Amino acid sequence: MKIPVSLTVNGQPVSTQVEPRTLLVEFLRGPLQLTGTHVGCDTAQCGACTVLVDGKPMKSCNMLAVQAQGKTITTIEGLATDGALHPMQAAFRKNHGLQCGFCTPGMVMAAVGLAGQAKQPTEAQIREALDGNFCRCTGYHNIVKAVQEGLAEMTA
Amino acid sequence: MTETTVREKPAAAAQRATKPSGPIGARIERKEDARFLTGAGQYTDDVTLPHQTHACFVRSPHAHAKIRSIHTDAAKRSPGVLAVYTGADLPASVGGLPCGWLITGSDGQPMKEPKHPILAQGKARHVGDPVAIVIAETPDQAKEAAQQVQVDYEPLPAVVDVRDAMRKGAPAVHDEAPDNVCYVWALGDSGALDAAFARAAHVTTLEFVNNRLIPNAIEPRACNAAYSRADDSYTLYVANQNPHVERLLMTAFVLGLPEHKVRVIAPDVGGGFGSKIYLYAEETVCVWAAKRVGRPIKWTAERSESFVADAHGRDHVTRAELALDKDGQFLALRVKTTAAMGAYLSTFASCIPTILYATLLAGQYTTPAIHCEVTAVFTNTAPVDAYRGAGRPEATYVVERLVATAAREMSLAQDEIRRRNFIRKFPYATPVALTYDTGDYEACLDGAMKLADVAGFPKRREEAAKRGKLRGLGYSSYIEACGLAPSNVAGSLGARAGLFEAGEVRVHPTGKVTVFTGSHSHGQGHETTFAQVVADRLGIAVDDVEVVHGDTGRIPFGMGTYGSRSIAVGGTAIMKALDKIVAKGRKIAAHLMEVSDADVEFTDGKFTVKGTDKNVAFAQVALTAYVPHNYPLDKLEPGLDETAFYDPTNFTYPAGTHICEVEVDPETGETKIASFTACDDFGNIINPMIVEGQVHGGLAQGIGQALLEGCVYDRESGQLLTGSYMDYAMPRAADLPSFKVDTRVTPCTHNPLGVKGCGEAGAIGAPAAVMNAICDATGAKDIEMPATSERVWRAVRASQKRI
Repeated sequence: MKIPVSLTVNGQPVSTQVEPRTLLVEFLRGPLQLTGTHVGCDTAQCGACTVLVDGKPMKSCNMLAVQAQGKTITTIEGLATDGALHPMQAAFRKNHGLQCGFCTPGMVMAAVGLAGQAKQPTEAQIREALDGNFCRCTGYHNIVKAVQEGLAEMTA
Repeated sequence: MTETTVREKPAAAAQRATKPSGPIGARIERKEDARFLTGAGQYTDDVTLPHQTHACFVRSPHAHAKIRSIHTDAAKRSPGVLAVYTGADLPASVGGLPCGWLITGSDGQPMKEPKHPILAQGKARHVGDPVAIVIAETPDQAKEAAQQVQVDYEPLPAVVDVRDAMRKGAPAVHDEAPDNVCYVWALGDSGALDAAFARAAHVTTLEFVNNRLIPNAIEPRACNAAYSRADDSYTLYVANQNPHVERLLMTAFVLGLPEHKVRVIAPDVGGGFGSKIYLYAEETVCVWAAKRVGRPIKWTAERSESFVADAHGRDHVTRAELALDKDGQFLALRVKTTAAMGAYLSTFASCIPTILYATLLAGQYTTPAIHCEVTAVFTNTAPVDAYRGAGRPEATYVVERLVATAAREMSLAQDEIRRRNFIRKFPYATPVALTYDTGDYEACLDGAMKLADVAGFPKRREEAAKRGKLRGLGYSSYIEACGLAPSNVAGSLGARAGLFEAGEVRVHPTGKVTVFTGSHSHGQGHETTFAQVVADRLGIAVDDVEVVHGDTGRIPFGMGTYGSRSIAVGGTAIMKALDKIVAKGRKIAAHLMEVSDADVEFTDGKFTVKGTDKNVAFAQVALTAYVPHNYPLDKLEPGLDETAFYDPTNFTYPAGTHICEVEVDPETGETKIASFTACDDFGNIINPMIVEGQVHGGLAQGIGQALLEGCVYDRESGQLLTGSYMDYAMPRAADLPSFKVDTRVTPCTHNPLGVKGCGEAGAIGAPAAVMNAICDATGAKDIEMPATSERVWRAVRASQKRI
């Protein structure tokens, strides 16, 4: 039995029917073909699936698609505007804050979500704030630099 | 109290890299980042093929069990199910997964190579061993039906710990190896060793465990296998580090398919660290089943499956003794290691604790006599194979823990004992089969000590003591051997594969270039680094070079990426292809300028008549090659597209010193990395930004091994106790410090770029540095990795009792 759901994804209204058990990440990656949001675990630990739900970072594997009823979702595909990278994306590139790129979308979305919480967090605060996101490639060193710079750019 | 001696060397061969003039050496932002940062990357699970189906594997819940029967009828009737196959459905022509390296034991006997079926036959030998595959219309239907497969198991006693494997009466993992021994292998001269130990003034002995690790690339393994009736061919998308090797092993050794009818594509791959080198059962079963089902079959591991079914790393138990004279000069090293192979031999399992381990035991030192005996044992666990560093972290751990302990026991400063034993003359033939071509170990030691502010350490220790904390400093002067080579030598040591690399440089009529490399990037940034190499050589813009990798349908051949080999071997293959491009270009340019070939030189993207300013641009030559109107067609073929294969003449030997400073809370055992410094010599560096990133990532994994990560199986039942991210402690951002990294340069002497490789250094050097620091802080002789708060707390208590 499918049930209806209406939400906004990357600025576009979406109205469709989903199986009640469909996770938000499955909905994004499957029917919507937004494969930039990744799945790295099955216990809501890795954060690769992080998207913004009404502006707040949320692990999309930890939420049903139907729970997104009426909400506004932003995925990594919706971050750049008119082909120009979002300041956080640009900061990740400039600071080599990514290697294999798999954790990157979730990491960038989590970092963008930080902007609402603290204007100029310290390195230690950024490290604590990224607690929900694994990266196995970078050792986080350049991610922390990127987030620091990206947040500064966002609030500039 | 850690004594230190800081000696800055005067001008030496090892210099800091100078500022580059061309693309080589420049910190160029990565080309691949644009797609990764916008969600446009294409990883295997992002590939959707028309009419694709979905697979779910039924896995053994037992570490060891006889399979009495499997009932699949209910599963086959489940909604959406297209097929269910078990090991009994595989025809006799389907072979087991092969091991790529034959180790011959000290007794002259070949290693035991029990069959590794792609679906369990008769017995399941570890938790997660695939027993059946269910193929259905949707992932959920496949998963639901998999639960309907009824397997009648007869559980058997299991053995999971290397220390238990050879005990009398231990359960045998394979009938072919009743004592669970795969091989007993040795390297070195034991006679010379005994004499050296007899005259030693001091012997340092340590027994330790090198903890089992689970690689945990954040992208789980995945595949999508399709069969085409049109031309009887297969296409396999797979998250893999070396697609040509995957294809060769799968077609020639397992499925008996014509190699040229199988295309393997490893698209964007989300990290590997070794775990995606191997040919695994899952993708092999999917390829086999794709023809039977007549539709593409997609499988993506859930993380829980990755934990039980990816190849793990390390898992050694070692006893090591270092003999020294009264001045702290190393006389001899004796090492005895038992290494786990797991339930089956994974693709390169056998060469890791032998060829890539014992040969590195000289480290950076002139130890004249070394002997190492390795016993490889089967256990009822996931297979063990190469994980970042692969044998070399284990060797470094042995050497550097011994050196640090010996220094403490003999009251020598940590740097001093190393300086007294450093190899200083190159080339240097070690007693364990390698010949180091170049290096300057003291330059890296000095560099690391300066960057780590070792001189200021006593003050920091004092300050910490006032706060009730224990500070410690740990050194690790590692060596690694990269770019495993040459093929004929490796072949004589048991390698069943070539170890060369291939590269093709295709110059298009407009002068733009596509490079096809047999190396594979799964985070290393080859699309940028290799483009820099090509742009530098041809004098064109980096943006005018496109690097293609990971597709047997487009690339001539390749051995893929492992062992920090890409720039040293893959990069050199590209250089050789570039040489051919330039040589042909000179002939075309000579014709255009009506001079002889010998009078033309190529610099800065121009073919110039020597001693004049007469020249033609590279792009003009490219166009002429494809529009050959004014062209020596009688002497030269049109076109500008060259392929080269490169087989190195030696390993490369990156080396460096890592220094870790820790602060331990004696009340809780909590250990924090106060600072971590790495000064490495990777030879010449193409892109320092990328190299630093590789070092950071390696350090994180090395520190992870030392402080956090440890794969634990229940010793009795063989159940994996660390089977999720809630149980296996992956390093998170707050667990790690920012790193201090620097480099020194002694160019490799036997490849044209003078490069050595940098991918594994961090993981190789870091564990010993961290553990040496914790031992320095706590006064413990040894603490088992991972140094959890409990273990450190117990060590502090034990030290206090001794005092």
